[in-house]
Amino acid sequence: MENSNIKTTGNVFVDNPRMTARNVDVYYGDKHAIKDVTIDIGEQEVIAFIGPSGCGKSTFLRTLNRMNDTIDICRVEGTISLDGEDIYAPSVDVVPLRARVGMVFQKPNPFPKSIYDNIAYGPRIHGLTKSKSELDDIVESALEKAGLWNEVKDRLDQPGTGLSGGQQQRLCIARAIAVSPEVILMDEPCSALDPIATAKVEELIEELKSQYTIVIVTHSMQQAARVSDRTAYFHLGDLIEVGNTEQIFTNPSHQLTQDYITGRFG
Amino acid sequence: MTNKAFKGLSPQEATARVEASLKQRRKKEKRFRLMGLSAVVLALTFLVILFSGILTKGLPGMFQHYVQLDVVLDKARLDPQGDMSDASLFSGDADKIILEASLASIGEEGGRKTKKTLRKMVSSGGSQRLIEFVKANPELMGTTQTIKFAVDDDIDSFLRGFIKRETAEKDRRINDFTIEIVDKWQEAGLISYELSDYLFFGSASRDAEMAGIKGALFGSLLTLAICVSIAFPLGVAAAVYLEEIAPKNRWTEMIEININNLAAVPSVVFGIMGLAIFIVTFGMPRSIPLVGGIVLALMTLPTIIISSRAAIRAVPPSIRDAALGIGASKMQTIFHHVLPLAMPGMLTGTIIGMAQALGETAPLLMIGMVAFIVDIPGGFTDPATVLPVQIFMWADFAERMFIQKTSAAIIVLLAFLITMNAAAIMLRKKLERRW
Amino acid sequence: MTLSTLLILLVAIGVAFYFAGNMTVKTARSKGKVFHSLPNYYGLWAGSLAFFPAVVVLILWSIIDIQLFQSWVRDFYPPEILAAGGSQAIVALAKVENIVAGIRFGEPEAWVLQAGEAWIGWAATSTMLKSAVVLGLATVCGLIAYRQIDTDFRARNGVEKLISYGLIAASTIAILTTIGIVLSVLFETIRFFQLVPPTDFIFGTEWNPQFEGAERAGSGGGEAKYGMLPMFAGTLLISAIAIIVAVPVGLASAVYLAEYASPKVRSTVKPLLEILAGVPTVVYGFFAALTVAPAIKGFGESLGLTVASESALAAGLVMGVMIIPFVSSLSDDVINAVPQSLRDAAYGLGSTKSETTRQVVLPAALPGIVAAVILAVSRAVGETMIVVMAAGLAANLSFNPLDAVTTVTSQIVTILVGDQEFESAKTLSAFALSTMLIILTLGLNFFALQIVKKYREQYD
Repeated sequence: MENSNIKTTGNVFVDNPRMTARNVDVYYGDKHAIKDVTIDIGEQEVIAFIGPSGCGKSTFLRTLNRMNDTIDICRVEGTISLDGEDIYAPSVDVVPLRARVGMVFQKPNPFPKSIYDNIAYGPRIHGLTKSKSELDDIVESALEKAGLWNEVKDRLDQPGTGLSGGQQQRLCIARAIAVSPEVILMDEPCSALDPIATAKVEELIEELKSQYTIVIVTHSMQQAARVSDRTAYFHLGDLIEVGNTEQIFTNPSHQLTQDYITGRFG
Repeated sequence: MTNKAFKGLSPQEATARVEASLKQRRKKEKRFRLMGLSAVVLALTFLVILFSGILTKGLPGMFQHYVQLDVVLDKARLDPQGDMSDASLFSGDADKIILEASLASIGEEGGRKTKKTLRKMVSSGGSQRLIEFVKANPELMGTTQTIKFAVDDDIDSFLRGFIKRETAEKDRRINDFTIEIVDKWQEAGLISYELSDYLFFGSASRDAEMAGIKGALFGSLLTLAICVSIAFPLGVAAAVYLEEIAPKNRWTEMIEININNLAAVPSVVFGIMGLAIFIVTFGMPRSIPLVGGIVLALMTLPTIIISSRAAIRAVPPSIRDAALGIGASKMQTIFHHVLPLAMPGMLTGTIIGMAQALGETAPLLMIGMVAFIVDIPGGFTDPATVLPVQIFMWADFAERMFIQKTSAAIIVLLAFLITMNAAAIMLRKKLERRW
Repeated sequence: MTLSTLLILLVAIGVAFYFAGNMTVKTARSKGKVFHSLPNYYGLWAGSLAFFPAVVVLILWSIIDIQLFQSWVRDFYPPEILAAGGSQAIVALAKVENIVAGIRFGEPEAWVLQAGEAWIGWAATSTMLKSAVVLGLATVCGLIAYRQIDTDFRARNGVEKLISYGLIAASTIAILTTIGIVLSVLFETIRFFQLVPPTDFIFGTEWNPQFEGAERAGSGGGEAKYGMLPMFAGTLLISAIAIIVAVPVGLASAVYLAEYASPKVRSTVKPLLEILAGVPTVVYGFFAALTVAPAIKGFGESLGLTVASESALAAGLVMGVMIIPFVSSLSDDVINAVPQSLRDAAYGLGSTKSETTRQVVLPAALPGIVAAVILAVSRAVGETMIVVMAAGLAANLSFNPLDAVTTVTSQIVTILVGDQEFESAKTLSAFALSTMLIILTLGLNFFALQIVKKYREQYD
């Protein structure tokens, strides 16, 4: 493939990385979906992945908690570490990994269970609690952190699928928070939501920043500009440029980034 | 909630607890996976047991024992009227000539006891075989020829070891004297074990050694021919109507509900309907392929309609638009474009439906296709039976050899079914490549 | 003229009109006339108008004339037979029909011979009339259609109209079949209930129709009993055993194949399992009677249990094997219908595969699985050959799987196969049993489809 060795502009490294990716390549069968990507994800920061559709940003996000494992033909090369441990090492179990690196998906996907059971599901399977009251506490605090507590506290036993789209997505975020992850991956979390619900989720991300590292994939540059500290621009499987969000949006150094954010394509 | 200060677990704490839970969960995971795997293995084991049981019994059933006898083809005795007509040949002395040949084979004049025993040792179909031989080779009249005759089923069972020499004489179906003669035959090398021609070219018979599936096979083919020529056009037509033309109204909905219900009606009920409507009310004869075919057609119709509808639905709407766009009428669009493209899918469904019909027994029992029919059916209104019903009838006979013949017939039936299903799978593959 | 000769003649007439229409228009077109439709359609119009009405008349006539003869021939019956009615009339009819078919048993009564001759006469007249009417109709209709051929005549529209009528007719076959099924059991069931009170039938715990003949002959030997409960108990017992085998194995295989197996394993194992579904039931019956039942009897007796040689367990086990692929393919469908996003959500939280499957996928697929199980029950209830061959006929009201039991379907087959006493309560009871069987299976099917519908709505 041509252009396979575009060098990333900007500073990909940070001082206190939570996750590091080094020379990562991802293949779907014969398709080379991610090409030689190196990037750090810092402690308690919000980093946004932007780029035109099909650029590999979601694929790369899914490699960070090995969600790609569920796809048979997907192959990952290079190293990705969490707190210095290689998460693709043969000895690593994906179960605790995913408990530490949670994920929120594009379309809200609550389980067809009650609101309470949705949140309690993670703590239950991971054996996080020893008593019912502890579990109640976790559910309450997760819903509170997700800003949903006041809206649903009187109907915890009703199905999660009965909530509105925005509420469902915040429920999914709460569900991820309930297992106390270190990193939360968000794959276009607002693409299925209306502007008001989007604003609420963005507010929530702002609040969660103090406790979690958040990686967000978004197709909306405004959203990236609003919520993220750093921004990474992907193009056709290459990581083109990484930098502070302000700098990327006001003064991009790579031509492709400039073209994208000025709306010449995408 | 009580503990307002509680802010969830810290990530470190959570990680520790997750790690603690892992061992147990991995064990559960393994157990669950093992459970699924063992279910698959169990199901496949059933398959292996079923097929190996049928093959081990059925493959020997494809063979049987013959005895070679030197037969003197005496024209005067075989063909008393001398015109080689069936009437003349069957009034001839074929049975006696075979008896003499078998006496000669053990080198004896033979007293009454020997004659009586020998008569029971060569299959009673022997004379028929001899007559067919001279009819096919009239020029050999007057010579002595070596002809193979099937041995009686008890002798066959003895030769296979199912009737044991060691068993006390009064407890076995053949006496010591018979065994002596069999031994003589074997020493003289007259006994051979060969592919059974009776199985494939013989018809129904109470004598196990002569029983064959030819009649049933023809019956099956005739029945299936009726079935496919009714079910395929009707099924395709109904599918076309429902998919392409039918308005969304109560009537259409009722047709759809009926099709779904018919798919769930037990097959034996279709037989009852055939009995009550075609035989009792319409006065059609029992046991004929025509009625059997109609009943099976009605039974397989839902299968064909459902799969044909799926095939029609799989034709992209763009093709209809293209045809309509250049001014083709709706019918032209359907017959020139949609149907040819949907045809492989429809044929797949039809083949599967026909395989289902070929293996069906219960409804045919109801309309009397269970009769004992020796003649090979020559038309759609001749009394006939079909392969599965033949299997059902044979399964009821006690003779050891019938068990093997039944299994052999099952192998033939399964061979047909597997071929049909393989054809359906290949067609489906071809269809998949298209879109 | 026989039916097939007539049919061939009709086809010939139809083809002739097709070519006539086709050629006429082609010739006219070559002379510069402009027709609305292609020549082909004019041919089809003439040909189908010649063929189809005549064929319909032919079929109807052939069905109706036998009915007429059957009622006319009653005039020949001696008065005592007419007075006795029922089975005697049917025997009388059979005698006459034998004469017509040219079969004679001994010396038939004089009236039988007369009736037979009359029948033969009617049949000859009817055949002649039928031939004349049908062939005439074909020619007249064909000519009328042919005369319609004209430049303005819209043959294509006409032909398409005919085709659409044909398609509608084809689709109503499903309804006609249902009506046929209902009618064929309804009248006989009503007749049965006139002989045996419905409550005795539905709630009776004893089934013993064998005494029917003895009772009528006056030799006593007890009263015939028509309680359906033993059969339904037997059906239930065997179906339950089958379900206990099929559902865990089928469901677990479906889960394994859908969630664990590699695509290669899946693509080999699935067709192999489907072979189990394609094996004819008579083969399973043979296998159950010959291999499984003796094995169970031998094994049970080695443990000191009393086992019937045709135990419910043998039939149930084999039936269970037969419906494994049915359960697994239906479950596979519903498991695959669970949206991937739910699995993603569970995996994203760190669930293991089994946790995802047990706690997310299966609960979400539950309604569909329940429907699959119900359909499997319906399949087991209606299954005939296995029970006919392996379950025996002893109408025991027993829930012991080692006992011999009988089922609804095997009783129906036993009563209706072979020589029947017409009009006897025993024969009619088979129809009453069929009615119950139909109600039960259709009820189960309806229930299952209702659940599936709800389930589909949930994810649409």
